[in-house]
This record gives sequence, structure tokens and C-alpha cells, in this order.
Amino acid sequence: MEIIPYTVEERPETGLFNAKLGVWLFLASEVMLFGALFSSYILLRVSAPAWPEGASLLSVPIGTFNTIVLITSSVTMVMAWASLKEKNLKRFRFFIGSTVLLGLTFLLIKLFVEYHAKFEHHNFPSKSTFLAIYFTLTGLHGIHVLGGVILNSYFWGPGSKMFLDQPERFTNRIEVAGLYWHFVDLVWIFLFPVLYLL
Amino acid sequence: MHTDTAHDVKKEVKGYIIVFVSLMALTLITVAVKYLHLKLAEAIVVALVIATFKASLVASYFMHLISERKLIYTILAFTVIFFAGLVILLLSGYHNTQTGIKFVS
Repeated sequence: MEIIPYTVEERPETGLFNAKLGVWLFLASEVMLFGALFSSYILLRVSAPAWPEGASLLSVPIGTFNTIVLITSSVTMVMAWASLKEKNLKRFRFFIGSTVLLGLTFLLIKLFVEYHAKFEHHNFPSKSTFLAIYFTLTGLHGIHVLGGVILNSYFWGPGSKMFLDQPERFTNRIEVAGLYWHFVDLVWIFLFPVLYLL
Repeated sequence: MHTDTAHDVKKEVKGYIIVFVSLMALTLITVAVKYLHLKLAEAIVVALVIATFKASLVASYFMHLISERKLIYTILAFTVIFFAGLVILLLSGYHNTQTGIKFVS
């Protein structure tokens, strides 16, 4: 089997293993994606004759709880990587499994508590500019959370086999997955106050 | 740079717990500030300052940016410039409407 170079050892020109450079470039593009939507939010709000207070349409306690869930999942994700650095596969599976469960919790609350409540009261995206940008921002963020949950589920399951014969390469994979997951948490850290508290 | 010895990882884990507790506290502070009923402009500034500080903790410690290579900083510097440019250009376009232009809608 051909070995892909620089999955473990650092490339001399960059000082990084390839996937780390790749994921940071990807995250830079994601900043522009969410940045464009945040800019749209700013422009829509500034130009609107009236704008509702976030808390009048959204539940602050539920938003706060979801924020705590996502921040906790960021901690469990980095602990999963630290467990692999200490060559502890069992602890790694506990932490990556916790990350997956917390991510699912976030999604289920968003979908079945928040979105469901909105739709029950006929608060659809088409009803107002606020709801349109709320559903766009949180919907896109939710898709990113779902992608992370799927990826981390793979690493909890069949993906973890790689640790048995290529532990450093697998550890680097988890580091890269962790960078993506922390970015998703980072976006929510801004989304929550902007949509719920202002 | 990433550490390899078990002792170093344990030290990093201690740091992660401290950052986690800080993030929880800052989240609660963010929500508490809402109930101070500040003026909108003040509320926006306070909320974004706290959010930026929280984001910097996540980036610095969970994403290991605090000990990352110069190349990553260079990439992120370009990202910041482009993002700032996007927001500044949009807002300046909104505020700088010229007189005498015919608007169709």
C-alpha cells in the first residue's frame, strides 16, 4: 500500500503535516461563508425600520443551554485528542462518543424544541426578515454540526481501527477533526448573543 | 507546538479545564448582561467583546493557535483582512448613497 507523505511528519516547506494546513485553509473559507451571512444580518438589521428583540421570539434559556452543550462538546473533543496523545484508546472513545452525543443533543434541541415551536406558531422563515436570517444562520450552522457529528461517529466507530497500526496518523486526524469542531463552536459563540440577546 | 510526554499532556488537560470553566462563566455573564437593559449600542459592544474573548480562548487553547506555526497566522491574517474588508465595504456602501441617482425600486 502506498503511503501518503506528510500525514505524520511535518513537511519541511511548511513545518506542518499536510492535513493541518488543509483544514486551516478550509476554515478560512468557512469564515468567509459565515462572515458573508453575518454581514447580511448587519445590513438587514441596520436598514430595517423595526427589528424585534431576539428574546421576544427566541428562548434565551434554551439558547443558553445549547451554548453550554456545544462548549462542553469542544472540551470533550480536545480531551479525545489528548487521550490519543497518551495512547489511551478507551478514553479516546469515551470522549469522542461524548462529543457525538453532545452534538446530537444540540441538534435535537434545535430541531424538535426550537424549530418545531416556531413552526407550530406559524413562524416560518417567510414571515419576517428576522426569522429569515435566523433560520438561514442557524440552519447552515446546524448542517455543519451534523457534518461534524457524522465525522466524529466514524472516528468513534470503524475509523478508530487506524490507531492500532498507525497511531500518530490517527491522532493527527482527530486533531484536524477537532479544529473543524472547535470552529463550529466558535461560530455559535457569536451566533447566540447576536440572535438571542440583542 | 504539541507536546508528547504524558506529563506535558496532563498539563495541557489542566489548561483545558480552566478554559472550560472560564467559557461557562463568560456564557453566564453574557446572558446576565442582557438583563441589565443597556442601550442597544452598548449591549452590542459588550456582547461582541465577551464573544470575541470567548472565541479567542477556544482558538488559542482548544485549537492550539497560541503555539502554532507562522504560516497559519499568515493565512488567518489574510482571513481577518478579507472579512473586515467585506463588512467595511458593505456598510460604507449602505451609508454612502449618492444624490441624483435614479432608483428603480
